[in-house]
Amino acid sequence: MNIVVLIKQVPDTTDVKIDPRTGTLIREGVPSIINPDDKHALEEGLRIREKFGGTVTVLSMGPPQAEDALMEARAMGADTTVLISDRAFAGSDTLATSYALARSVITTGEWDIVLGGRQAIDGDTAQIGPQTAELLGVPQVTYCIEIDIAEDGRSVTAKRALEDGYEVIETKLPALFTVIKDINQPRYPSIRGIVNVCRDCDVQTWNAKDIGASKKMIGLDGSPTQVARTFAPEPKGDGLILEGPPEQTTKELVKHLRDKNVVRVR
Amino acid sequence: MDFALSKEQLMIQQMVREFAQNEIEPIVAEYEAEGRFPEEIIKRLGEIGILGMTVPKELGGGGCDTVSYTLAIEEISRACASTGIAVSVNNSLACFPLLTFGTDEQKAEFLTPIANGSSLGAFGLTEPSAGSDAAMQQTVAVKDGDDYVINGIKHFITNATVAEVYIVFAMEDKSKGTRGITTFILKKGDPGFTFGTIEDKLGIRASIQAELVFENCRIPASRMLGQSGKGFKIAMMTLDVGRIGVASQALGIAQASLDRSIQFANEREQFGKPIGRLGAIQEAVANMATDIEAARMLVRYAAWCKDSGKPFSKEAAMAKLFASEMAMASATKAIQIHGGYGYIKDYPVERYFRDAKITEIYEGTSEIQRLVIALNVLSGK
Ligand SMILES: Cc1cc2nc3c(=O)[nH]c(=O)nc-3n(C[C@H](O)[C@H](O)[C@H](O)COP(=O)(O)OP(=O)(O)OC[C@H]3O[C@@H](n4cnc5c(N)ncnc54)[C@H](O)[C@@H]3O)c2cc1C
Ligand SMILES: Cc1cc2nc3c(=O)[nH]c(=O)nc-3n(C[C@H](O)[C@H](O)[C@H](O)COP(=O)(O)OP(=O)(O)OC[C@H]3O[C@@H](n4cnc5c(N)ncnc54)[C@H](O)[C@@H]3O)c2cc1C
Repeated sequence: MNIVVLIKQVPDTTDVKIDPRTGTLIREGVPSIINPDDKHALEEGLRIREKFGGTVTVLSMGPPQAEDALMEARAMGADTTVLISDRAFAGSDTLATSYALARSVITTGEWDIVLGGRQAIDGDTAQIGPQTAELLGVPQVTYCIEIDIAEDGRSVTAKRALEDGYEVIETKLPALFTVIKDINQPRYPSIRGIVNVCRDCDVQTWNAKDIGASKKMIGLDGSPTQVARTFAPEPKGDGLILEGPPEQTTKELVKHLRDKNVVRVR
Repeated sequence: MDFALSKEQLMIQQMVREFAQNEIEPIVAEYEAEGRFPEEIIKRLGEIGILGMTVPKELGGGGCDTVSYTLAIEEISRACASTGIAVSVNNSLACFPLLTFGTDEQKAEFLTPIANGSSLGAFGLTEPSAGSDAAMQQTVAVKDGDDYVINGIKHFITNATVAEVYIVFAMEDKSKGTRGITTFILKKGDPGFTFGTIEDKLGIRASIQAELVFENCRIPASRMLGQSGKGFKIAMMTLDVGRIGVASQALGIAQASLDRSIQFANEREQFGKPIGRLGAIQEAVANMATDIEAARMLVRYAAWCKDSGKPFSKEAAMAKLFASEMAMASATKAIQIHGGYGYIKDYPVERYFRDAKITEIYEGTSEIQRLVIALNVLSGK
């Protein structure tokens, strides 16, 4: 089974700050991590390999420092990692990113399954998985909490967690799955894994040419999205705290709820 | 001179820190209160290679350096000092002598399982009448044909009962004094080898200490570790390594004391402001932070000396002496900063205080560290 996992390096914070002047993310002083969902995707890939054999190839598109995320992935047990990096990718929106990732998946050779996170904690669009699947022309199952591959190594039953319930989908490989945290508990990298990665650093990088990307499809040229304005939403005001004995605060609370039309009392 | 940790060391520190914070910290209070050995945690630490960190990969270990080892013990002990000592004993007091003095057969049979996390090791030197004066071994080993027969009692032995492999010291020839002591590898279940009292302790309550009891315990001569009569030397060399581990454990306890003190000082308000804005509290925190950093430098330096193949006996003793006394002082300050809350079991600092004390005692008391340092210094080393 040839398993491909897509991981993104993101700033280690859920509280992303935006520079009000330039409208870009403030990354200084914020350490980078593997996007949380993606660690679960990698864990799932490693488990599939443990069951069916094969290899786990991890791809990440980003600047050279994204190699740190790939090193961690290798220390966790990935067989091969590739950094997809090229100045020509600058300004890529989610479509151009998906195109580059789809080209990279194809460049890995024979592949059976692509795994990714549901959503990146910085970009937050959850578009990469679905778009990449479309570009690869394979079925996609998003929001997975279970991916059960049958003995034949082809038929898959996947369980999706939706807001109002679960959906169980049957499909056939090759296919792309995006996962959420509940799917598994990612392993910690081992000492041996870390030592191996740090002592034989084979950094594999693919540029736009290596993945056979067409210039029109990447970077600003390949990005139909126009960003009109980026801004930090006004922070929500402080909540209201009612103090006093319960009989009194309950009355006040009901009054507030009624005034704001949250509840109507007949 | 370069003080920066390498990429490998940073990755190991980060990984162990995450493990300790996510997996150990949430359960430590419960295990300590019940005095329950954290078997499941130890098993998982074994799986990621924390039980034989510096043992070469071919023998089942992690293959990292001693500096990384100190980082790991510090992070583990910052969450749980009991887990810290269980891991430190396995790495330094059990893996190290097997790796350094064991034959290939002994390494395969005894080192690999305790290095790869399948089982644990322990170190039995101390006896009721041989503490600081370890040369006074009453446990005897008598050669009988192709076997050795061992009789005697070891006490206060960390990991006893849960360990499978025991490094045990016994007197083979009393007339030769320290040169009459020999080291043996014992296995749980060897005929005539049982466990006695399990100790009830002030601190590190989730770790286990028990007596090893040998009554006509017969083992094949192939279980001798190193040469006959070299036991005392093996014990002393092993304790040099162990002291780097205990010093790291002390560092972790001190760091936890500081972490909690900072949090408390910023949150607790008296006289209309956080107590961290009071000069007296600032002085306590500043001194703690400085002492911790000084201890950390001594610990890393001792580890670096070992990694560089330089002598490190004096350096390890200094690191252990300074770090353990600093940990006790830091834990005491942490309670003081917490006021009455610090004395109550709802806050972890009373545990740090109880845990810190042992670091001044085992693997050589502070008095013995001063003795080691003085002998080195006075002889011009
Ligand atoms: C107009 C525009 C211009 C942009 N310009 C830039 C720019 O110049 N530089 C820049 O860094 N970003 C730029 N971006 C952001 C970039 O396009 C997105 O970060 C990227 O497409 C991923 O989207 P997301 O973060 O929403 O991921 P999501 O769709 O939320 O991620 C879902 C999953 O897809 C996978 N995935 C996502 N991104 C990657 C990746 N890079 N490599 C591997 N796997 C991945 C992961 O498995 C992830 O969990 C731009 C975006 C727009 C709209
Ligand atoms: C929790 C715990 C875990 C332990 N784990 C292990 C283990 O795994 N393996 C093992 O072999 N042992 C272990 N020990 C034993 C430990 O190493 C000894 O307790 C320690 O070395 C001190 O010996 P003692 O208790 O006999 O004290 P003693 O040696 O009787 O010391 C009593 C006092 O006299 C002082 N003193 C003694 N000699 C001198 C001197 N020459 N100069 C100045 N002062 C001196 C000591 O510093 C101390 O203050 C453990 C002990 C404890 C409590």
